[in-house]
Amino acid sequence: MNYSDEFRNREIVRGLAERIAALTSGLSRPLTFMEVCGTHTMSIYQYGLHSLLPPQVRLISGPGCPVCVTPVGYVDQAVAYARRPNTIVATFGDMLRVPGSSSSLMQERARGADVRIVYSSVDAVALAAGHPDQQVVFLGVGFETTAPTIAASIQMAARQGLQNYFALVAHKTIPVPMQVLSSDPDLGIDGYLCPAHVSTVIGGDAYRFLAEQHGVPCVVTGFEPADIMQGVAMLVSQRVENRAAVEIQYRRFVTWEGNRQAQALLTEVFTPVDTPWRGIGVIPQSGLAIAEKYAAFDAAKALPVAVEAPREAAGCLCGEVLKGKVAPCDCPLFGKACTPEDPVGACMVSSEGSCAAAYKYGTQGR
Amino acid sequence: MDSDLILLGHGSGGKLSHQLLEQLIIPTLSGIPLAGQNDAALLDYDGGRLAFTTDSYVVDPIFFPGGNIGDLAVNGTVNDLAMVGAKPLAISVGLILEEGFSRRELGEILAAMREAADRAGVTIVTGDTKVVPRGKADRIFINTSGIGLVRHALAIHGANARVGDKVLINGTIGDHGIAVMARREGLEMEADIHSDCAALNHLVAELIEEGEVIHVLRDPTRGGVATTLKEIALQSEVSITLDEAALPLKGAVRGVCALLGLDPLYVANEGKLLVFVAAEAAERVVQRMRRHPLGKEAAIIGEVTASGGGRVQMETLVGGLRAVEMLSGEQLPRIC
Repeated sequence: MNYSDEFRNREIVRGLAERIAALTSGLSRPLTFMEVCGTHTMSIYQYGLHSLLPPQVRLISGPGCPVCVTPVGYVDQAVAYARRPNTIVATFGDMLRVPGSSSSLMQERARGADVRIVYSSVDAVALAAGHPDQQVVFLGVGFETTAPTIAASIQMAARQGLQNYFALVAHKTIPVPMQVLSSDPDLGIDGYLCPAHVSTVIGGDAYRFLAEQHGVPCVVTGFEPADIMQGVAMLVSQRVENRAAVEIQYRRFVTWEGNRQAQALLTEVFTPVDTPWRGIGVIPQSGLAIAEKYAAFDAAKALPVAVEAPREAAGCLCGEVLKGKVAPCDCPLFGKACTPEDPVGACMVSSEGSCAAAYKYGTQGR
Repeated sequence: MDSDLILLGHGSGGKLSHQLLEQLIIPTLSGIPLAGQNDAALLDYDGGRLAFTTDSYVVDPIFFPGGNIGDLAVNGTVNDLAMVGAKPLAISVGLILEEGFSRRELGEILAAMREAADRAGVTIVTGDTKVVPRGKADRIFINTSGIGLVRHALAIHGANARVGDKVLINGTIGDHGIAVMARREGLEMEADIHSDCAALNHLVAELIEEGEVIHVLRDPTRGGVATTLKEIALQSEVSITLDEAALPLKGAVRGVCALLGLDPLYVANEGKLLVFVAAEAAERVVQRMRRHPLGKEAAIIGEVTASGGGRVQMETLVGGLRAVEMLSGEQLPRIC
């Protein structure tokens, strides 16, 4: 077993599709499940899973694309740092093309700004160590999977005594907005495919309140096609049996308690704050800001920049797409004014964005 | 957004490159219609046909597992000539060097060019060398142009894919892009991934012997197999269906792609060609390719399923169906 081929096995996937079809055949209404995480959305499109599911099962994409839920104002801040003299902006590649109010990091780079793509926060620290005469601002965007690595980079910079490494963080936590979405009557969410990687950190227990207090079935699900089909089958079973529980499909990596070491790192370096989610609004205690103890590494505090007043692009329905209320292809800008080459909203940019997935992999089976 | 800026994505070989070509470069310079755009131009002379092509190489790093910028520059131009079915005759070499570049490294690159030219059976006949101040170029850029002779009367071009044709490839996809990327990013891997950089003209010469059953030849370089097939679908006004399970892919390449969030269908190749063959000859042609050193892992990866549409779709590993579009933005800058 090599833990990847088996989960892309055609016969296994077909068997699960048949089981889902059999389980849902007697239902009086279709079931709507939300895949919270952008990596699920990508995988579902990439393997054409919509075309394998019966019409009684509808999958909608959720807010689990970190770049997509980051407000325009954050991009404007990053652009301001890119324009700042003697400053290197280090970022994961996804942020490069996200449009701000009037520019993007890619445009700033073409104009001469020093914007570097890194594959790890450790690389950003190394960049700071290698350029002592410049300020390095690392863009920390992401959920509980990414946040511990930014926390670790801040501790690493502190240990090395670096005074030119700063993080501009817009980290968010996953379970809280799921509660907001499940109480939205327009959405009528019948169950959640909970994220795979985030759950390796926070553990299955983090979703218990959703099942126990809000009656929404939750299945922590892996990213391979057989994982996703099995996760859907487990959600359908809960609905058919009238149960609401947290179950872990992705048992090969996710435990109930999660990664204690990573959780401790988050508690040490960050503090929970109220934070704005693009399209959803401010959600109390759903963000992570750099704790006072590490304020010297917080770009927002230690290296303030003037930022223009953020402007959202007219007509962009990213917000509705992120809540699962509008399918990408139903946005009037989709594929016309908004394409991956010339994106209007972040959902068309990110490799985890549902508009990018729908544009790249088509809408067959939807 | 400022649309005056040239972005890195304009050199990706994907959608932005096509937009720049269609909106600015081609209308200003020549006005050749889409159906006539191929890897090399065909020029009539004296009742015969000459093929002519040019390409510039800016790969970073200049030395990578499986080759360097020198043999890449020779093989790439030889391949562009081969893709219109031409026998490559002669190539030119333009060098742009950065002040301070190493003579020793230049020597290594030139030796690789000579060796690649000998292997392909072409002669390097003319050239030019310029040096620019430090910082005005990145070590070495190379332009090569080539001419070739078309000796057959076959119609081999991007607008010649026909319903029923099978789509063949001569081996594993994504090796070049991932080899360059892994070296550039300093990724250490258990399995070595080497560029597939190679001259395809001898393999093409064998395919030409198959005659009229060969309809399209094209090397899936920047933008990868996905972008190249989409180009052909649009040029030929047909729809193509790929079979993901049939795509030859090294485990290590798949692993790195998964790690970096890349799709191997969009990763550059430098020693691969896509062949559109009449269905009845496909099995014979794939067997013939497998007997050639550069075609051992040749496979039938798809077929032309309908006329019109200009669509490419893929039956996925698990049996689902999805669309395949051109590369968007920059997946991997400076890959060739």
